[in-house]
Amino acid sequence: MGKKKKRYIEDIKVRKSNKKITGSRWGTALIFIFLCVTGVFMIFPIYYAVVQSFKPIEELFVFPPKLYVLHPTGKNYSDMIKVATSLWVPLSRYIFNSVFVSIVVTVTNVFVCCCAAFVLSKCKFPGNAFFNKLIVTALLFTSSATWIIQFLVMATMGIIDTYWALILPSIATPMGLFLMRQSMSTIHDSMIEAAKVDGAGLFRICWQVVVPNQKPAIMTLIIFAFQDAWNKQSGTIIYSEELKTLPTIMQQIAATGIARQGVTFATSVILMLPPLIVFLIAQSNVMETMANSGIKD
Amino acid sequence: MAVKTAVKDAPLNKQSKSKYTWHMMKINKACYAMLAPFMILFTIFTVIPVIITLPLAFTNFNMAQFPEFTGLSNFYTLFLNDDTFMLAVQNTLVFAVFTGPFSYVLSFILAWLINEMHPVLKTFFTFVFYAPSMTTSAYVIWQLLLSGDSKGYINAILISLGILNSPQQWLTDTKYILIVCIIVQLWISMGAGFLSLRAGFQNIDKSMYEAGAIEGIKNRWQELFLITIPSMGPQLLFAAVLQISASFTVGVVSQNLVGLPSTDYAAHTVMNHATDYGWIRYEMGYASAICLILFVVMLLVNKLINWILRRYVD
Repeated sequence: MGKKKKRYIEDIKVRKSNKKITGSRWGTALIFIFLCVTGVFMIFPIYYAVVQSFKPIEELFVFPPKLYVLHPTGKNYSDMIKVATSLWVPLSRYIFNSVFVSIVVTVTNVFVCCCAAFVLSKCKFPGNAFFNKLIVTALLFTSSATWIIQFLVMATMGIIDTYWALILPSIATPMGLFLMRQSMSTIHDSMIEAAKVDGAGLFRICWQVVVPNQKPAIMTLIIFAFQDAWNKQSGTIIYSEELKTLPTIMQQIAATGIARQGVTFATSVILMLPPLIVFLIAQSNVMETMANSGIKD
Repeated sequence: MAVKTAVKDAPLNKQSKSKYTWHMMKINKACYAMLAPFMILFTIFTVIPVIITLPLAFTNFNMAQFPEFTGLSNFYTLFLNDDTFMLAVQNTLVFAVFTGPFSYVLSFILAWLINEMHPVLKTFFTFVFYAPSMTTSAYVIWQLLLSGDSKGYINAILISLGILNSPQQWLTDTKYILIVCIIVQLWISMGAGFLSLRAGFQNIDKSMYEAGAIEGIKNRWQELFLITIPSMGPQLLFAAVLQISASFTVGVVSQNLVGLPSTDYAAHTVMNHATDYGWIRYEMGYASAICLILFVVMLLVNKLINWILRRYVD
């Protein structure tokens, strides 16, 4: 008894308390202050937009501008809805389009990327090396680099001005596949070997053994895919009013002369919210997964 | 390594190499089936648009008539007669330095510092730093913050602090346009790469640090250079590649912020130039030539970065 056991108990305490093992307390305090200062710069425009969106008109144009609201009002938001409902197509249709497209893109993107990433990282077959190289190179050619020419392809396929034009190009993202592949390649082969001995097929190994261990990566993929789909400007590929998505129409509202500064801020807040919420949800899941994996080891 | 251990039933030596490959392909057809959905969509929407720029760059194509072959004339015009293109190249390079290496190092440092925090603060700070890149409508906010009259927030603050006497035209004065665009670009640059680095820090096995502490690692610096960086190779490369792509295709932000074209082309980038010709003037051949040059430069820089970071990636 005595020393050895005491140390063991202390060790357990340290592990449980989530404390950093290395690094001084003062260092942590300094880092905290630095992060706070830079963080203020990052969050300020977003904070300002939220504050401005709740300001009544007489407060919006006070000089110098205030960083807080004295008499918060929802008038900017109700004005925005007024502008939106006076449109030819009801606002609910744009919301439906955005939500529908974003969810379909996110789900298919994660599914397709997981399947391909598993094969590329864990299976040996002719062409594997080529595909892996191709994906790494393709990372460079994000949609912002190829979209000018992408239009030509979509026009040839005849999918311009349909839901397909919004969904199909966003599914196979090299970034998603690459991220998933990098994450999956850290898994031990012994786990897969064990599943194989148990007689599981490739698809089952992927979805029952590998993917459940990839929660952080999957969450990250969901964030990217959703964000991409939600923010996608459909103006150039969609002409029909009833197929347009929220960002396009919101920006049209903000750009019209009818809508003034307050409404513009309200619009941008509405646009910012869904990706931020999705990120917050996914982020907490990543943390949870982390805590679990810490105990297991 | 291989999930399908096909070695034992492979007809070694006796048959030619191509037959062996074919045999392996047949055995592993499940692999191709799982790869197919991604690869088909990827080929249609990424590979074809990239490859098609090569032939189109040598044509005159207005999207209405069949492309007409014009040889190298697009490139002659670009390099010898198009002053705006040269200006765009110059601007893109300035952008690339700031949104490339600078923002790469910055996102790594921030990800590392955030990782040193308590779990609750980690969540909070990750959110704070990542939030800007999620907001495409962000440019509207900046437009109003930087608005040229004294109602613009930045102007109002600087005037009331006595730093400025009269409001500055941040978005149209050629003195400021480029620097303003760079700041906004930096603001939204803590994106996917930053998040990937954060995830990388998090994925590192905690027992590695415990082992390190026992082995005599004394401070954060040693921990960073001896344990963290060597085990983050994949994430470092990923972030680097994304950064290259982002910094060379920069243009959308400036286009939204200061208009296309910006005053005196002060923030005109190569991507803006391609958009100008491709979308506004419908000269797809010329736009393809611009894209082709951009792609080639991106590939070359990518090769360089790969070569630098290779030792961290197995």
